[in-house]
Amino acid sequence: MILVVLENQRGIIHDFSLQAIVAGQQFANEYNCPLNILCLGENADNLKNQASKYECDSIIIAEHNLIKEYTSDGFSKALSDVIQDKKPQFTIMGHSYMARDFLPRVSVKQDIPFISDLTSVNFQNEKIVFSKQVFNAKFLTNIELDPNVKSAILSFQSSAFSKDKLIFGTPKNIEKFNLSLDKEDIRIVSQEPFKETSSDVDLSSSEFIVTVGRGIESEDNLPIMEKFVDAIGADLGSSRPVVDMGILPKSRLVGSSGHTVAPNLYLAVGLSGAIQHVVAMKGSEKIMAINTDRDAPIFEVADYAVIGDLFDIIPELTRKISED
Amino acid sequence: MKIAVLTKAIPKLKSLKIDSSKKWIDDSNIQYIMNEHDTYALEEAVLIKEKLKDNSEVFAITMGPMNRSKQIMQEALAKGADKGLIIKNDFKITDPLAFAKIFSEKIKDEKFDLILCGLASYDLGSGQTSVLIGELLGMTTATFAIETNVINKKIKIKKELESGFSQWIEMSLPASISIQSGLNNPRYVSIKNIVQAKDKEVIIKNVDKEIVTMQGFTKFYVPVNEKKTEFIEGELDAVTNKIIRILKEDLKLI
Ligand SMILES: Cc1cc2nc3c(=O)[nH]c(=O)nc-3n(C[C@H](O)[C@H](O)[C@H](O)COP(=O)(O)OP(=O)(O)OC[C@H]3O[C@@H](n4cnc5c(N)ncnc54)[C@H](O)[C@@H]3O)c2cc1C
Repeated sequence: MILVVLENQRGIIHDFSLQAIVAGQQFANEYNCPLNILCLGENADNLKNQASKYECDSIIIAEHNLIKEYTSDGFSKALSDVIQDKKPQFTIMGHSYMARDFLPRVSVKQDIPFISDLTSVNFQNEKIVFSKQVFNAKFLTNIELDPNVKSAILSFQSSAFSKDKLIFGTPKNIEKFNLSLDKEDIRIVSQEPFKETSSDVDLSSSEFIVTVGRGIESEDNLPIMEKFVDAIGADLGSSRPVVDMGILPKSRLVGSSGHTVAPNLYLAVGLSGAIQHVVAMKGSEKIMAINTDRDAPIFEVADYAVIGDLFDIIPELTRKISED
Repeated sequence: MKIAVLTKAIPKLKSLKIDSSKKWIDDSNIQYIMNEHDTYALEEAVLIKEKLKDNSEVFAITMGPMNRSKQIMQEALAKGADKGLIIKNDFKITDPLAFAKIFSEKIKDEKFDLILCGLASYDLGSGQTSVLIGELLGMTTATFAIETNVINKKIKIKKELESGFSQWIEMSLPASISIQSGLNNPRYVSIKNIVQAKDKEVIIKNVDKEIVTMQGFTKFYVPVNEKKTEFIEGELDAVTNKIIRILKEDLKLI
């Protein structure tokens, strides 16, 4: 049996969970086994209604007073109990912040492997080969399970399965799962999520973005980029390390922890192209990247790959465009 | 309070190559550095200790081959850790749970009140270690902390969530927490700090037991480019003219 765990995102099924359903449908097809979709705690009934239009064998609802709000204590115990009872061959989730927060604990409780952050899966005759990025996306590695493993947890990057491939249908069965949780199990009190104060720019609606990465090295060099975006009329975006170093504010951040953008042109300058960045900009109409490293992963998604030093190219571009 | 910071020596990411076994990088000639995410965890631990103003201690802990572990241990001690623990291990472990089991086995007797980790390592990047160790040691866990506040036997954390959201949670100690990068400014290390670090105590333990793994890396490769990419390189003048032509004529952006 394949088990897909849905995540609630402010009232609706998280996009990553829809991709996880696609993964689940393909696994169930490949292994010729039932697919169960689990609605866990938080907003479970509502998730069930939303999930009822997708093809699967069973939707399992596991609710309890103690997991009305997400805590890693409650969710890890609950999911572990479901796995204990249902014995799925694979338990699948999207690689969201929530998945990172509690799935490793289920892996310990059940003593089963959790293969996280996967970019793809390859079904070969007798075995299954997963792959993920390593060394800051410079390489990919294949990952295999020990042949004795009977059950494993998987989380997929958002690029691994497209929700366009969702198969619609009706669940054959809807089932309530009885959870037994104790008050003592929950040692975490969580407050309502909130949005940090809003930003000076709205990159998500911007049509021309120039994003600067760690290649900029220090705050002292920022004027080079500022003059450039002024000259060409683009908005300035930033990769995570540039925000972490305090060079640009978080409102400029593009990536899974910042904005998702889709401008007409995305120009990535001195930025390597890690998956957490790429997921949020690969929908851009055209992508150009300037990088000294011919093997930089950003070139894989680029339409135009400029190999060179930003400290040469950017000032020269600014000069020529300003003279025009 | 006894605070542990887990830190890892990782290869400098520039000019890495895959080795002939295709199962690892060629590490014959590379430099190791402290995993950047861990520098924020270390700074946070030292800040917590300074704020508590009691006899709290910060332990830096690393697992790996001796040379590089010693090197980053000195860095951690210079950056404010009081004591060090090196878990000497020459096995390449690519199963996060197997790694965490060894790690927690080696540190459980220390009975830490708080364990802090960077959010992931730049090399293998499973991002699981802090949560696995927390669970193995029966601690509370949290990930992506962007603010921490210890108040008698409890810790309040502001967590980063997706798409610009945050959330406050409060949990009991002992706790194991992964720290989101950028929440503080890791301090500058002076020569004096480096000299003083040499006198700090470093305990060394060995991994001798056979390691049982359930998953592992089987083959490294370089990603293939699926998109049709036009490469632009050469003389600065020609390159910039070409870029301007694309911006102007093809994309009509300027
Ligand atoms: C949970 C999580 C969430 C994350 N969220 C985000 C996110 O929202 N956004 C994000 O960006 N990252 C995010 N990251 C971090 C991400 O994994 C990468 O570490 C980050 O994107 C790398 O930033 P970078 O490309 O600027 O730096 P690096 O990876 O260091 O790349 C710098 C690049 O600049 C090039 N370069 C250097 N000097 C020059 C020069 N003079 N001229 C031209 N090129 C040069 C180098 O060749 C290199 O390719 C997240 C990570 C995690 C684990």
